[in-house]
Amino acid sequence: MQFMLLFSRQGKLRLQKWYVPLSDKEKKKITRELVQTVLARKPKMCSFLEWRDLKIVYKRYASLYFCCAIEDQDNELITLEIIHRYVELLDKYFGSVCELDIIFNFEKAYFILDEFLLGGEAQETSKKNVLKAIEQADLLQEVCCSLPSS
Amino acid sequence: MALKIVKGSIDRMFDKNLQDLVRGIRNHKEDEAKYISTCIDEIKQELKQDNIAVKANAVCKLTYLQMLGYDVSWAAFNIVEVMSSSKFTYKVSCSQLQLQSVDAVLITTIINSVSLPLVTQDLSSPNQYDTGVALTGLSCFVTPDLARDLASDIMTLMSHTKPYIRKKAVLIMYKVFLKYPESLRPAFPRLKEKLEDPDPGVQSAAVNVICELARRNPKNYLSLAPLFFKLMTSSTNNWVLIKIIKLFGALTPLEPRLGKKLIEPLTNLIHRALDLLYGMVSKKNLMEIVKKLMLHVDKAEGTTYRDELLTKIIDICSQSNYQYITNFEWYISILVELTRLEGTRHGHLIASQMLDVAIRVKAIRVFAVAQMATLLDNGHLLTGNMQRNGICEVLYAAAWICGEFSEHLEDPMQTLEAMLRPKVATLPGHIQAVYVQNAAKLFATVLRKQEGTTDSLAAQETSQLLIDRLPLFVQSANLEVQERASCILQLVKYIQKLQQKEVEVAEEVTALFAGELNPVAPKAQKKVPVPDGLDLDAWINEPPSESESEDEKPKAIFTKEEPKHTRPRHTEVDEKELARRREARKQEQANNPFYIKTSPSSQKVYQDQPGVEHIPVVQIDLSVPLKVPGMPMSDQYLKLEEERRQKERSERKKKEKKKKREKHGRGRRADSGPESEEDITPAHHVDIVTEEMPEVCWVLLQSGYFIPQVMSAQFLFQKSTKHKKKKQKKEKEEKEKKKKKKHHHHHHHHHHHLHSADESVQNGTVEEEEEPLPVRTWPSLLTHVYDVQGNLQDGSQVVVSVIFENKTDHFLKSMEFNVLDSLNSKLQRPEGSSPHDGLAVPFQLPPGVSNEARFVFSVQSIVMPQKLKGTLTFIVKTEDASTHEKLDFKLHFTCTSYLITTPCYSDAYAKLLESGELKSSSLKLEGVIMPFHHLLARICFHHHFSVVERIDSCASMYSRSIQGHHVCLLVKTVSTRPPYISSLLL
Repeated sequence: MQFMLLFSRQGKLRLQKWYVPLSDKEKKKITRELVQTVLARKPKMCSFLEWRDLKIVYKRYASLYFCCAIEDQDNELITLEIIHRYVELLDKYFGSVCELDIIFNFEKAYFILDEFLLGGEAQETSKKNVLKAIEQADLLQEVCCSLPSS
Repeated sequence: MALKIVKGSIDRMFDKNLQDLVRGIRNHKEDEAKYISTCIDEIKQELKQDNIAVKANAVCKLTYLQMLGYDVSWAAFNIVEVMSSSKFTYKVSCSQLQLQSVDAVLITTIINSVSLPLVTQDLSSPNQYDTGVALTGLSCFVTPDLARDLASDIMTLMSHTKPYIRKKAVLIMYKVFLKYPESLRPAFPRLKEKLEDPDPGVQSAAVNVICELARRNPKNYLSLAPLFFKLMTSSTNNWVLIKIIKLFGALTPLEPRLGKKLIEPLTNLIHRALDLLYGMVSKKNLMEIVKKLMLHVDKAEGTTYRDELLTKIIDICSQSNYQYITNFEWYISILVELTRLEGTRHGHLIASQMLDVAIRVKAIRVFAVAQMATLLDNGHLLTGNMQRNGICEVLYAAAWICGEFSEHLEDPMQTLEAMLRPKVATLPGHIQAVYVQNAAKLFATVLRKQEGTTDSLAAQETSQLLIDRLPLFVQSANLEVQERASCILQLVKYIQKLQQKEVEVAEEVTALFAGELNPVAPKAQKKVPVPDGLDLDAWINEPPSESESEDEKPKAIFTKEEPKHTRPRHTEVDEKELARRREARKQEQANNPFYIKTSPSSQKVYQDQPGVEHIPVVQIDLSVPLKVPGMPMSDQYLKLEEERRQKERSERKKKEKKKKREKHGRGRRADSGPESEEDITPAHHVDIVTEEMPEVCWVLLQSGYFIPQVMSAQFLFQKSTKHKKKKQKKEKEEKEKKKKKKHHHHHHHHHHHLHSADESVQNGTVEEEEEPLPVRTWPSLLTHVYDVQGNLQDGSQVVVSVIFENKTDHFLKSMEFNVLDSLNSKLQRPEGSSPHDGLAVPFQLPPGVSNEARFVFSVQSIVMPQKLKGTLTFIVKTEDASTHEKLDFKLHFTCTSYLITTPCYSDAYAKLLESGELKSSSLKLEGVIMPFHHLLARICFHHHFSVVERIDSCASMYSRSIQGHHVCLLVKTVSTRPPYISSLLL
């Protein structure tokens, strides 16, 4: 996977994760282009589209679009599965997740994504393990915050 | 110092945190840019402070701003600074930022100069989450330089003790390999090791990495194929499976042998997918899905796989009564297309679908007939190859459809011609038979058409065609074909004669096959009302007299027996079914050479060589066959014959009873159990079922096993305990019954159970070595019929067969059967379970279904009756909920349960009595008004005794227990007094 974008129906970017080094300018350009393309598509249209030399797999959950770019030989269905698994993880962590959860706790959303995907590849397929790792990290963070450094 | 901390904290309180920033931005929709620029100014201030917490907060906010598209690269240095802090939270946010904020060039320089030591320091941090964050961060900005510098560090981490780290390290290695391919060679062995890592997460990460690598250069990974094959067959992780299959996709072009090996596991996976299809079809997508499947059918190489696809197509289409098919013409075409498959085994399936659709969908017949006619015409294509004979089954359907619905045929003459080709004679017999029969139907249709056109010659030619072709079938080796062909041939010859006399015959020939065939539901018969005046139970002929059955008895002891007036019995479907099943089981046991049937050798002491004529077969006319155990193998045939006769007899009897029931039964049934005692007295004859049972028990009555316990076992085994006898007598007096005490006992039983626990217990005797058959009923919930059987191989075991019948409308599942062990009897549980564990009943019960489970009990002493308490727990599943239910029951093991009818000769019997090894006791029964021979019959039947000798009103009887105890019984009638029973026990 090359990158993953989350954006709202209004086209606001909510989360972005790039697994290939690109310049900011380029990233912005890609984001703008993709958001436009995906938002213009009708609900009954296919979730996969070819874009440049990549394939775009997107899925809409409520007001949020989850959009992934994969390489030519990658499988679209498993990418869709990855998106769904990520949503499941968010849902489990936040408890019926909504867009606001991701806006206000976007670092958590990133963290969950990092536990699930690494370098664009699925890292942990077990939901339980991902959430366990996040819980541990949360615990660690709380300990840090309650003891401010000198 | 402390003051500083406090100050810092207070400062922070007034600082905007990330949440505030987000909220603020959302509140300034109109002037977002302005708001953000003030925020950035604030952040710049914060970054200048000493407090690392403040800086971290600032960096956090930068992350967000960066995502919104603002340039934050000016803060790169601060970001790295925060990242280098030892606090976890700060790193988390920084690792996010590093990816996004800093462009590649900057990062390389920064990391190489400043943060490389920091990152490597993190990599070896004792805290797995610190290391984890470092790795996650690294994953996003691996550059060739970085990859080169860090490769060996990450490689070490691949063997970290924590799977969490191993997993991440393995995945990062992929990025490293891509940027710095030289690292692959040294790292590969370790990576390969990870494929068999005990942690599934690490394993799947390794699979992932290797699969991705292999895709780029498959040749180098061929050696891993066996390992992946193993993973594929053992892994249950779908994510991993998909990757592996992709890998194999890359490998198979390089190694053709691999393809062959993969067929099986892959088809397994495909089957799962096909099963999914089954569930996802709808009216809308059915055609589309089937079209896709047909494409696969064409492409499929293996026959098995193709057959699987074929059955799936038919399954999918025909599911829920063709619910999803909107166009049957389409379906017929699909079926016809499927017939073109080479070498399929499912011709029969296709044929039955064709028949089903053509019969049930009237509107489709015209189309179907046309298609079938084409099929018949091209029949040679289907039969051409002997290997394809599976498919020729469809010709069966084609011929039948064309014949039956021949009025729709466009050119019946052509079809008729096709059906009479000599080549047809190579088809299997049953198909030929259909051909011949339907050729006749077609002939009728053709005649009709031809006679209508005044072309009488054409009609005669048609007849001649049949006369010419049919002899081929008359010679067929298949009887059915031969018979039909010769019959039709003669018919046609006769028709031809008439035709020559210019007689119009078409009308009459058509009449041969008149009448339309309508589809009938399997249960339709039930809906047909019985016409008025038809009595299905009435005898068509006079029933054979009872004496006939008496004649069959060889020198029976009770020859003076009058014909019995048996009481009515209820019959229902499951009575026969139950009886048949039990019968079958007995039969199986009897025919099984490993099943010990004969009595142990101890018996032989008192016995001469048993011969057929010696066996005191006590023929008691009961509706349940009384088999004689202990015969040598050679007598089995005799026994079978005997049983057959008895069965016939009992069937006759049943019918008779049914008839009687018509007269008396109904009214009585309403009586409840206990009151019925009055009823019982007068007509209480030898068999069974005489007591009135409450409604709930009828099932059991009908089961044919249910026979009242004539005599409680205590009687026979009463070695001691006078007080017990007294007690029994007392009971008797109390009730002032004129019946035998046993009845008492029995009713007492009843009384108790029916009223206290809503359940009834009945004991009865079945055939052979079996035993009282107590029965329990839970009204409208669950019926239990049970049968206690001595285990002939093991004198200390009893097998209890329980038939559970679900009488509710709900599904019952998770049944557990548990019995509270007594000192004497224990339920045999699997090893390792505690004595309080229940045994799972190995099936579930849909409504109205019954099934049988067996439980083994070990019994120590068989000289005392047993009552075991138990519970059955189960889950009742209703539409919206499932409830856990519990039912208590009691199991009764009477002493006679353990007895086996064993023949004994009078001399052996005399020896036994003389031996003095027997203990004796006696008992007097008053109020028995039953004729003596009835009494004997009942003892024989219900308690497995055999009569040794009978002189007037005395009789000596014998039986043996499963543990080899001899039981001798002397029954005497004292003048007008009731019989006097004494028993002896060794």
